[in-house]
Amino acid sequence: MNMLNRLLIAVAGAAALAGPALAAEEAHAPEPHTWAFEGPFGQYDKQALQRGFQVYQQVCSVCHALDFMSLRNLGEEGGPFYDPEYPNPNDNPIVRAIAAEYMITDGPDEFGEMFERAGRPADDFPHPYPNERAASAANGGAIPPNLSLIVKARSGGAEYIRSLLLGYGEEVPEDVNVRPGQYYNPYFPGGVLAMPPQLYEGLVEYADGTEATPEQMAHDVTAFLAWASEPHMEARKSMGFMVLIYLFIVCVLVWLAYRQVWSRVQH
Amino acid sequence: MSGHSTYEPKTGIERWLDERLPIVRLGYDSFIGFPTPRNLNYWYTFGGILTVCLMIQILSGVVLAMHYVAHVDYAFASVERIDRDVNFGWLLRSIHANGASMFFLAVYIHMFRGLYYGSYKAPREMLWILGVVIYLLMMAAAFMGYVLPWGQMSYWGAMVITNLFGALPIVGGPITEWLWGGFSVGNETLNRFFSLHYLIPFLIAGVVGLHIWALHVPGNNNPTGISVKTSNDTLPFHPYYTVKDGFAILLFLMIFAFFVFYAPDVLGHADNYIEANPLVTPAHIVPEWYLLPFYAILRAVPSKLGGVILMFGAIAVLFVLPWLDTSKVRSMRYRPLARWFFLFFVIGGLGLGWCGAKNPDDIFLALGSHDGHATGITFLWLARVLTVYYFAYFLVILPILGFVEKPKPRPASIEDSVLGAKAGPQDSAAKPAPAE
Ligand code: HEC
Ligand code: HEM
Repeated sequence: MNMLNRLLIAVAGAAALAGPALAAEEAHAPEPHTWAFEGPFGQYDKQALQRGFQVYQQVCSVCHALDFMSLRNLGEEGGPFYDPEYPNPNDNPIVRAIAAEYMITDGPDEFGEMFERAGRPADDFPHPYPNERAASAANGGAIPPNLSLIVKARSGGAEYIRSLLLGYGEEVPEDVNVRPGQYYNPYFPGGVLAMPPQLYEGLVEYADGTEATPEQMAHDVTAFLAWASEPHMEARKSMGFMVLIYLFIVCVLVWLAYRQVWSRVQH
Repeated sequence: MSGHSTYEPKTGIERWLDERLPIVRLGYDSFIGFPTPRNLNYWYTFGGILTVCLMIQILSGVVLAMHYVAHVDYAFASVERIDRDVNFGWLLRSIHANGASMFFLAVYIHMFRGLYYGSYKAPREMLWILGVVIYLLMMAAAFMGYVLPWGQMSYWGAMVITNLFGALPIVGGPITEWLWGGFSVGNETLNRFFSLHYLIPFLIAGVVGLHIWALHVPGNNNPTGISVKTSNDTLPFHPYYTVKDGFAILLFLMIFAFFVFYAPDVLGHADNYIEANPLVTPAHIVPEWYLLPFYAILRAVPSKLGGVILMFGAIAVLFVLPWLDTSKVRSMRYRPLARWFFLFFVIGGLGLGWCGAKNPDDIFLALGSHDGHATGITFLWLARVLTVYYFAYFLVILPILGFVEKPKPRPASIEDSVLGAKAGPQDSAAKPAPAE
């Protein structure tokens, strides 16, 4: 019956009232922001993706996984390290070098032993924790969500992720109760979350020399996560353009045929 | 498919085949020579559009099924593999997911067309009823399809809908467990939903065959609602309607392609990119847009059983509609009152969809404030008013209107209406069309 009750509450939309301090509706709307990948012709900014990968790798990957993704994805068309010289990303030297920095547990070998070896592009992105229990134990009971879908899995999309990352440090309203191990962030539904503020001035040293301000890092890592959520976006948009042009031309031809055929009869 | 055949086999092979399996004759009589009213407008192109939608869903679905894994542990990941690693998998999935929405968009236009031109009336009752059967099957297929990716909305949507059966007295519990194949929505549920989701479109294809058969006995209705009388009223289906339908299908495909390529996720819900988790209930559980009006009716009733009955009643009433409408005139072009009630019916249907998407306690129309909170008419009450109108339209308005409304004069024939002859006082819509 407990299940049924919970359902009824949810159906009645009352669940939000039972939630913590701030009701979902009262969370701040995400800050508007301009992205290179917006609009029908928008593409990913490769430099931003590369810097964003650096932020993910050096900061976020300590707690967050990138499920369903392999290291080779970094060198695929539309990805941060794509190089037309290496259509097969497994040959891409940058991707191979990135992969080699990881230690991967492989095996069993012919003696039945597991062993460690340097990563290869075909390997999955390693998980920060062996299982959910470990993740939750290390984060005060909260589980850091998988980031490979996060931009598509939040209704605010990229703007929400960016706003959340920059949204710490505001004064806590009186009616919000922030327990130890929790942080106030007005963009998060409910207002308090278990992720500490992440982005400090100069946290990473960008390989391309860009100044690592919190705004810059938030922009870059969010762009990277947008790519991770939809690695084939560029292919999707360019194919869509061709398909629409094709349909339009055929449509005009059929319309002319239609006029021709119907001109023979009164209608 | 019925009536006099105009097919003449021309080659020896055609003659040979025609004496053994007259399949070319069937095709010719159904889609080439078929006499079709010469005044069909673009609202009549949606039947062809729906046929294309069904084919697109079946083709894309069969290929998706080659890569999908129906298991609670792998379903979500297998869908991600389709999006990321299968060649053009992202395209297939976008086509199939948005295709469902396009299918419903087309079917709603197709049904409202039937409601407006009185296409459900004699002699097309069977045609209409088969259409409602298709619509029911479509809803079942779409609901089960939405469960397959095993995201949060998949899981909780399945939970809410299957739990509805639990509202039935005595048999409710056992039926729900029978549907689940266990004591909750789980792996068994996912497996049977996959099996049924694969089966139903082929059932739909079968019923579409019957639907077209039932169409070809009395022939198409038309915007005037007046029956075909002479061959001057009709044109052969080919080339006149093949080219018109073809043009409409291409326009429709452009809208379809816009969603597939430029807004693949706007019609979906962000929560469905979070893997199903029985321990975390989403703040708002909402079905796909095309089921929202029924969801609003469900929630409009304070009693759960009552809500379930009204929700299913909202569809059941469509089955008996041909006998509820007492007017002798088919097309609402000539029904000055009915067309207004019809307009409000369309608006009401859209309004119910809006209510279904909203939190029932949200304010629809603010009338004042109390303790700093706005007060006024909530979406719950709007849904209630619109639900009453929905049923009143079928059960009160259409039955009474036939007796009190004074129809406008109608043209004597389709030919006259096309050629602009003076509208005559004669109407033949009341008489059943002679079988052709
Ligand atoms: C110390 C561990 C840790 C690090 C490092 C970390 N996070 Fe998190 N993150 C968490 C935890 C824990 C949660 C879950 C918070 C909750 O649900 O209360 C979380 C949640 C999130 C969420 C989801 C918010 C939501 O709407 O549910 C996003 C997005 C996110 N983190 C992004 C990032 C990014 C980007 C970085 C790197 C710049 C990062 N995190 C670094 C621990 C971490
Ligand atoms: C898979 C879904 C469907 C397909 C493929 C389909 C196909 C068709 C086709 C090809 C026609 C003839 C062309 C036209 O008039 O548009 C037609 C007519 C018709 N359909 Fe459907 N249909 C479907 C669903 C429905 C539904 C759900 C209903 C109503 C509940 C319905 C009711 C009708 C009616 C009443 C007609 C005759 C219209 C007239 O002659 O005025 N159909 N259908």
